[in-house]
Amino acid sequence: MTRLQFHLVAAAGVLLLALAPALLSPFSITLMNFIGIYALAVLGLVLLSGIGGMLSFGQAAFVGIAAYATAWLTVKAGYSPWIGLVVGVVLTGLVAAILGAVTLRLGGHFLSLSTIAWGLATYFLFGNVPMLGQYNGISEIPPISIGGYALSSSNSIYYLIWVFVIVSLVLSANLLDSREGRAVRALRGGQVMTESLGINPFRVKLITFVIAALLSALSGWLYAHMSRFVSPAPFDVSVGILYLLMAMVGGMAYLSGAIVGAAVVTLLKNSIQDWLPVISPGASGQLEVIVFSVLFILVLQRARAGIVPLALRWLPRVQPTPPLASGSLVHRQQPERGQPILTIAGATRRFGGLLAVDNVSFEVKAGEILGLIGPNGAGKTTMFNLITGALPLNQGRISFLGQDISRHAQRQIARAGIARTFQHVKLRKTMTLLDTVLLGTYGRTSSGFFAGVLRLDRAEEARAQAEAMRQLQRVGLADRAFELAGNLPLGNQRLLEIARALAADPALLVLDEPAAGLRSAEKAELAHLLEALRAEGLSILLVEHDMDFVMGLVDRTVVMDFGAKLCEGTPAVVRSDPRVQEAYLGGVA
Amino acid sequence: MNGEIAAILAMDGIASGAIYVLIGLGLVLIFAVTRVIFVPFGDIAAFTALSLASLETGGRPGTVGLVAVLAVLATAVEAVALVRNRAFHRLPRALLFYLVLPLIPAAAVWFAAGTTFSMPVRIVLSLALVLPIAPLLDRIVFRPIADASVLLLLTVAVALHFALSGLGLMFFGPEGVRTKPLTDAVFDVAGLIVNGQMLLILAASIVFCGLLFLYFEFTIQGKALRATAVNRVGARLVGIRPTSTGTIAYLLASLLAGISGVLIAPVTTIFYDSGFLLGLKAFVGAIIGAMVSYPVTALGAVMVGLLESFTSFWLSAYKEVLVFSLLIPVLLWRSLAFAGTEEEEAEE
Repeated sequence: MTRLQFHLVAAAGVLLLALAPALLSPFSITLMNFIGIYALAVLGLVLLSGIGGMLSFGQAAFVGIAAYATAWLTVKAGYSPWIGLVVGVVLTGLVAAILGAVTLRLGGHFLSLSTIAWGLATYFLFGNVPMLGQYNGISEIPPISIGGYALSSSNSIYYLIWVFVIVSLVLSANLLDSREGRAVRALRGGQVMTESLGINPFRVKLITFVIAALLSALSGWLYAHMSRFVSPAPFDVSVGILYLLMAMVGGMAYLSGAIVGAAVVTLLKNSIQDWLPVISPGASGQLEVIVFSVLFILVLQRARAGIVPLALRWLPRVQPTPPLASGSLVHRQQPERGQPILTIAGATRRFGGLLAVDNVSFEVKAGEILGLIGPNGAGKTTMFNLITGALPLNQGRISFLGQDISRHAQRQIARAGIARTFQHVKLRKTMTLLDTVLLGTYGRTSSGFFAGVLRLDRAEEARAQAEAMRQLQRVGLADRAFELAGNLPLGNQRLLEIARALAADPALLVLDEPAAGLRSAEKAELAHLLEALRAEGLSILLVEHDMDFVMGLVDRTVVMDFGAKLCEGTPAVVRSDPRVQEAYLGGVA
Repeated sequence: MNGEIAAILAMDGIASGAIYVLIGLGLVLIFAVTRVIFVPFGDIAAFTALSLASLETGGRPGTVGLVAVLAVLATAVEAVALVRNRAFHRLPRALLFYLVLPLIPAAAVWFAAGTTFSMPVRIVLSLALVLPIAPLLDRIVFRPIADASVLLLLTVAVALHFALSGLGLMFFGPEGVRTKPLTDAVFDVAGLIVNGQMLLILAASIVFCGLLFLYFEFTIQGKALRATAVNRVGARLVGIRPTSTGTIAYLLASLLAGISGVLIAPVTTIFYDSGFLLGLKAFVGAIIGAMVSYPVTALGAVMVGLLESFTSFWLSAYKEVLVFSLLIPVLLWRSLAFAGTEEEEAEE
């Protein structure tokens, strides 16, 4: 399916939505309204949990904050619902920013547990504040009016709801296809990976958290003025779970999953409410809860991916948009060949009583490939982590391009011009090769969330895409730019990581055992690439186990053993050094 | 507030804290061994209280039906798994463990309906009734996804709570219960009236914490449980089966929850859904202990009890709000104190 066809199908869908009130019964439209309102909150949850990896049980609380804000302002203070919208959105955003700032540094399940806690606290707050009507809630909320026309019927508010849904969906899709959106998608790859790309994961998480809360706020505002009544119950943690169910059923990793999931669960809920009283009169309320919980558990046990990925298998694939690719990003002037670029002086790192790196000093010169070798347990990986900032130094000093980076965080070191790859490849399997390499340009570009959402970033995006395509070309993967990173064999994944690192335009490339697990043809290809990069003036530090690979490639070698530097020199010198022979082969008795 | 009121509030707080301690320790135990954050754990306590109340009036506790349903389901799940693996010879054993054993106390209570038992017999019966619930739920719900991420297991556990509260309403009905006090003794300690129930709660809490400690330190089974908690693969390599240590953890933890249910039943009115809040307050304690430390969890649980008791004096309407908000500064402290030590999150 071409892009044009895709847009035609989407337009037809929108047209059908617009015609729905003329075609469907008022009751069906009411259901559609609920679907739209749920879909907004679930869309936020998909962004937050499905894509950003922060599982929240508390989204219903944000829906509630906005709903109560507008309810109170319109009923008790007599303001217009539009003022309610502004205040509701601002208030929800503030609360989310504060909660996020406190809790988002927590890992995995602690974060999720905290969402249960503040979800419950908010619910009990609604139920106990006299100003908010306690458990009776606030009733007689006025309808929204546009230009004097009150949207009091379900057919009229229908349009407002679905305009909100579609606009939010399009803006969210824009976001995911932008610089910051790629950072959101990278979050699940873990802190070390995101930091190594110059991304501040905490900032990205916090903004994603606030965006998700704002989508909930829109949902809450619409809910309050549609049902014209608010009480604590629809904002309880149990509803937060219902939102999660919707997201899971639809497909947590897909924006469209929000709408599909909201629709399926709402329709199911409706039909269950129809037939449960027939099966068991008088007990339908609790049966509904049981049916939904059991359904949720079954979905989690057996079909975690949801409906959308299943459906996508049967639908024709939409052709990818060709890369915007025009112009180019600014490149750094590589330092003059032979100049010291990285200087390590007396680096020391202890783990408890163990001296992992003991007073090690060496230099990397511009335009050379330096190999850091040593037997198992020699401290190579620790040295690597000290250089890239993944671990702090106990003593010593590391300077890069004349700048002391000993106390710098990983992110700052990445931004200063040291790009790295990982021994165990760290790629997001569901991102395309192009998007993966675009992540590398994060530190060289500057478009923020706002620009991404509103597509104000296209000129910069075109330059970044041109750069990404150039790097893919360089490693020989340009013709597969739209494949998923997870589908590549390991050798190509390593090349992809190098392309991502190169997209950051580094002065120094640090590679952690790049040849591990590669076949000999792949090793030759890698060696060839590294030689070409050296010819272009890039400096490379190689931590490696594979002697043949290292000795044929490097200009100089530093040998470590038991945490200390054993010797340093050209491959020939190192090879003939008796100390090195002893370290690798054992002493000659 | 004067000293006397403060002392009464403190005593109240420590007593309810002692109950949270028992539940909190169970939560940590289950999490350590199975990686499941067992959200419905408070429900086990509430169901014990409800069973006890029902036995007191000579009725048939709803637990009987609940256990029967779960036992049948678990047996079915296990049988299907065994048939799929063509392990037919293990079917009789499965029937014994998943159907017959859990149903023995249920059947006993069912046929003895109407008889009035003495207090100790009632307590033992309700504990026996409730014990199989968590292991059966483990078999039905968690074992098929035992290798899933902690986050997924947590989501399942939250959903499971809502299923259980629905089942609870079905089997126990909406009425709240309060049992007869375990003791009527009242003491006068330095001018303060201390009732025996409160002392009993404290004593029971201390005794069972001590027993748990002895079990972990001095029995091979306790050590196996600790080994599984430290490293599942390693435990497996030395011949410990994670599924059976999981079952033991669930049984042991259920016993703790059951006892806390027995202790709280005469003090507070318990409804079918009271367990959620009970469990979550214990959770706040467990999170203070970072879900790993038993002593810090106990301390945290007592703190929650105290906070609850004092806020109920000043701001009773906002009691729950404050208890759950307490978690936020605790988490802030954790995130600052342990910044950067969080392990790398696993990709899914």
